[in-house]
Amino acid sequence: MPDDIRALSTQLAQDPQSLVFLRLGEALRRKGQLDAALRVAVNGLERHPHLADAHDLYARVLTDKRDYERAFDEWDMAVRIAPHHTGALKGLAFLYFKVGDIAQAEAHLEQARKVEPDDPTIDQAIAMMHAGASAPTPEPAAESTVVSPTVVSPAAASPATASPTVGSLDEARVFAGLEGANEGLLLIDGAGRVLGGALRDRSGGEVTDAVAAYLAGVSQEAARTAKLLGLGAWHGLAAEGQHGNVHLAHPTPDALLLVVRERGIPLGRLTILAQRATAMARRWLEQQA
Amino acid sequence: MSKALDLITRVRGVRGAMLVSADDGLVVAEQLMEGIKGGAVAALAASLAGKLRRAMDAAGTGTSVFWHLQAEQGALLVVPSGNAEGGILVVAVAEPDVNIGLVRLELLRAAEALV
Repeated sequence: MPDDIRALSTQLAQDPQSLVFLRLGEALRRKGQLDAALRVAVNGLERHPHLADAHDLYARVLTDKRDYERAFDEWDMAVRIAPHHTGALKGLAFLYFKVGDIAQAEAHLEQARKVEPDDPTIDQAIAMMHAGASAPTPEPAAESTVVSPTVVSPAAASPATASPTVGSLDEARVFAGLEGANEGLLLIDGAGRVLGGALRDRSGGEVTDAVAAYLAGVSQEAARTAKLLGLGAWHGLAAEGQHGNVHLAHPTPDALLLVVRERGIPLGRLTILAQRATAMARRWLEQQA
Repeated sequence: MSKALDLITRVRGVRGAMLVSADDGLVVAEQLMEGIKGGAVAALAASLAGKLRRAMDAAGTGTSVFWHLQAEQGALLVVPSGNAEGGILVVAVAEPDVNIGLVRLELLRAAEALV
């Protein structure tokens, strides 16, 4: 065990409440000890759930483990806690870049530049995106502390995803970058036809078409209920089930989006997730128009 | 019953609370502010509950224990009590900025009291 990691581990053992877990987790991550880094990050988060740096550390470890969906969620949480957290802003920019959303990537980098105008790596990342984002080789992580987090450059995108163009989102990417993007999300048109996403029940059986068929009826009934009760236009229907929670929204007047998550995901968090998914779906639908 | 509904309507922003037969959409008990049509609320809530139940069954999420319709000018919040089909729905009509968590708690308490 390298000396720095040993020393930091000792410090953390002596004072488990201290913030030294941030440095230890980062040191482990840089050494490539990702499982150990993950444990440190998770333990730290349990003790400091409202610390943006803790979410940022966790997100970076998840990114190294290529768990981009959860990393997105953690960086998003970090920005909600600390809107000017440049590490999280750069992390989100990186993930947006990876899915081809250059506009969002640049917007987040611009936000980061406003906070740290003298950070040359932000300008470099923006310049690389403007230069066509070819990014032939992943850059090694820049030397930094956890407080001044790793620069997550778009140039670090893998070759397979490093050359997206604006407007290149295809159906498979409609929810890319979102927590649980590969499951539990379903986008349908007004006639109940599937536009994107898929659903499986608890036993793993495919239920996409069956659920889609029912959703059109739910939506019509929700609209009728809201109208006749004088509640105005409906914009969301959230439900807790015995085995899972759901949120139904309509990204456009003619489309419906269903988000399904396990029971452990509280309705409030599900609503945030659904809002994000709705915005993504709306952008995707507009691009298809 | 009226005590349970009273606790729900005490929450700021709640305009009315009702017990509704899930089976036929008829009012069992109600405590509503003026202008709210109890019969319509009951019928529509029961109908939407039925459609939602079928969709959730298909999705494998099981019977709903709470649902919430969010609209521009208000919200409908519902807790099914007992058997989802043929049971009682505890329903609240509320302002859009109501404390959802608090209403949910009171609805769940009322539903428990019914069992």
